[in-house]
Amino acid sequence: MGDFSFAYSIWIPLIPFFTFILLGLAGHILKPRLAGIIGTTALGVIFVMSLYTAYQYFFVYGMVDGVYQKIIAYNTTWLQFTDTLHIHMGVILDPISVMMLVVVTTVSFMVHLYSIGYMHGELGFERFFAFLSLFSFAMLGLVVATNIFQMYIFWELVGVSSYLLIGFYYQKPSAVAASKKAFIVTRFADLGFLIGILILSYITGTFDFITITDPNGAAIHQGSGTAFLGLSVMTWAVLLIFIGGAGKSAMFPLHIWLPDAMEGPTPVSALIHAATMVVAGVYLVARLFPVYYFSAPEALHVIAYVGGFTSLFAAVIACTQLDIKRILAFSTLSQIGYMMLALGVSGWGDHEGVGFMAGNFHLFTHAMFKALLFLGSGAIIHAVHSNYMNEMGGLRKYLPITHLTFLIACLTIAGIPPFSGFFSKDEILVAAYHHDKVLFFVEYFVAGLTAFYMFRLYFSVFWGKEPHYHHKPHEAPATMTIPLIFLALASIFTGFIPFTELVTTDGVPFHAHIDWGIALPSIGIGVLGILGAMVMYRRETNLPEKMAANLKYLYRWSYNKFYIDEVYLFITKKIIFRYISRPVAWFDRHMVDGAMNGMAGLTNLISFKIRGFQSGQVQKYAFVFVTGALALALVFIYLWTN
Amino acid sequence: MLYGIRLEYFLILATLMFFVGIYGFLTRRNLITMLMSVELILNAVNIQFVAFNRYLFPDKLEGHFFSLIVVAVAAAEAAVAIAIIINIYRHFTSINVEDVDEMKY
Repeated sequence: MGDFSFAYSIWIPLIPFFTFILLGLAGHILKPRLAGIIGTTALGVIFVMSLYTAYQYFFVYGMVDGVYQKIIAYNTTWLQFTDTLHIHMGVILDPISVMMLVVVTTVSFMVHLYSIGYMHGELGFERFFAFLSLFSFAMLGLVVATNIFQMYIFWELVGVSSYLLIGFYYQKPSAVAASKKAFIVTRFADLGFLIGILILSYITGTFDFITITDPNGAAIHQGSGTAFLGLSVMTWAVLLIFIGGAGKSAMFPLHIWLPDAMEGPTPVSALIHAATMVVAGVYLVARLFPVYYFSAPEALHVIAYVGGFTSLFAAVIACTQLDIKRILAFSTLSQIGYMMLALGVSGWGDHEGVGFMAGNFHLFTHAMFKALLFLGSGAIIHAVHSNYMNEMGGLRKYLPITHLTFLIACLTIAGIPPFSGFFSKDEILVAAYHHDKVLFFVEYFVAGLTAFYMFRLYFSVFWGKEPHYHHKPHEAPATMTIPLIFLALASIFTGFIPFTELVTTDGVPFHAHIDWGIALPSIGIGVLGILGAMVMYRRETNLPEKMAANLKYLYRWSYNKFYIDEVYLFITKKIIFRYISRPVAWFDRHMVDGAMNGMAGLTNLISFKIRGFQSGQVQKYAFVFVTGALALALVFIYLWTN
Repeated sequence: MLYGIRLEYFLILATLMFFVGIYGFLTRRNLITMLMSVELILNAVNIQFVAFNRYLFPDKLEGHFFSLIVVAVAAAEAAVAIAIIINIYRHFTSINVEDVDEMKY
């Protein structure tokens, strides 16, 4: 490692924290524009710092003897319970955390810059920036966590900031409901995460990531023997942890909060619900990947199938939605499913570990192009003041920059070379092909669906029939188009980053070539999807209606998101509320409260009965007093004489 | 001549006075009479103090002093009690204790 110190990297999470304090406490004094500039500048600084760290780590000091090291750049004891149990706070630098630093700071910086334009004139402008800073702090703290406890703390913090930002328009009942839904669903999943952490740290005796994930260490092999329901303790621990990850990453069946989370401002959707927070679950699995691979391969299968199913499920729903942000939300679900699947089918070392590499690669490229898509959709919404596709059309003339960048993003997500999505998706398909043919064909099909629904969106918005606009749509201001252009460039070029030589399971670089036997068919199905969308949506035709009529039931189920929300409502309202909450509430009201009220009532009753003694007659009192004194005297005399 | 009287007689006298006082206090309705009963009770105790002191500890004086204090306190108490009674009379135009029952419930 040389004598270079990465200790400065602690400032990467801390700077947004101080910005949050400043904007949170003094934001109302500052001019809104100044608050925005402060927040953006702080993010710009840590963006540069992260790039510098990435350069120093990947190309100068990170590799020792051909292996990328895990470097503890900073560590401090935060809570000391006993001599053996203490909780640290620190910064770990390894390939995935450095990659995440770059992802989070890049997208966050772009979103900050974009928000200056997008949120211009909104009520609570400085509050918005304070929350964005809080989120950046929490996400960066999560990414650099040296131990699972620190990760959990920041995990909850990103949940809180997500809640605050979804509910940013707190006067809007739907936004409030969405923020509550997001918080409750993820919090419910985090219960699994917490139990998993407790089991894992109990059997391994440590919170520390490096100790837990060392494939040659003792900790990783603990708890493999004892069984409960046929699975080892370690498998249960990591499965429970995965539930937390699935909640945050909105995997089926905990995905219901993500589409509703689109009630938040669009930059928030881009930052939190597309690029960074929702991939925290993927990051968590990647962080604990050695544990999954060596101690709990069954859990890895679960992850692969959950990911694969979610990607298919969400892609089908995305084909029929009309709200452009919801389409993107389901697309996010689908893409995160891809990442989970990639981790799930991964092996260990060199080419076996291509899935791990591909999952992280796709995380990286997805963050860029999905942030671009969301910011682009924000520019569209900004221009036409509607979320609904059927109120848009022909916008390519009015929004040239948005149109071009959106097209790039669509081509990227559809997996058309040479855009970055092609490379990362291809690696995932390769990993799936070598591991599980069923999952491969599912993902192959989903790749086509992805191309179809993205270009359905693209053609409906930018081509198609032009509706009557109340006022002429106009291109977004420069603060909004610059991030679009930057992210479009990132979407084009990040595919050429040689991830196989940077992010691998065991830190050893390897070389991989594009497997054209898989790549060509996947390009083919992508093009097919695009052509299908083009035929149906480029000009106004009656094809979509015909198709919807032919696939009547599929269409209706997909349009209603397979009624999962209704299932949840049924389970919560009809079953949990009726058969558990109501009896519990009844018990509370009638038994617990009843006991208390009964005691008070009894006291009251007795008081009414005996208040006649307080007659106000001095002589009655005196009589009682004298009688008592005499009785006492008799008692004492009796006691003394015996 | 005093030495011919035994201690028990003093105690019998004091006990009789005490219970006469108690009886008066509980049965008389007139506040002044009740006050007089209280004086009887106090003086019964005084007699006991003095008698015990004289017969059991002839070379000590605490009993005598204590009875002097009781007399002084009884005088003050009588003054206060009569003032209260006068006020009660002004308020209720009666010194019957049964009329003074506003402090109930």
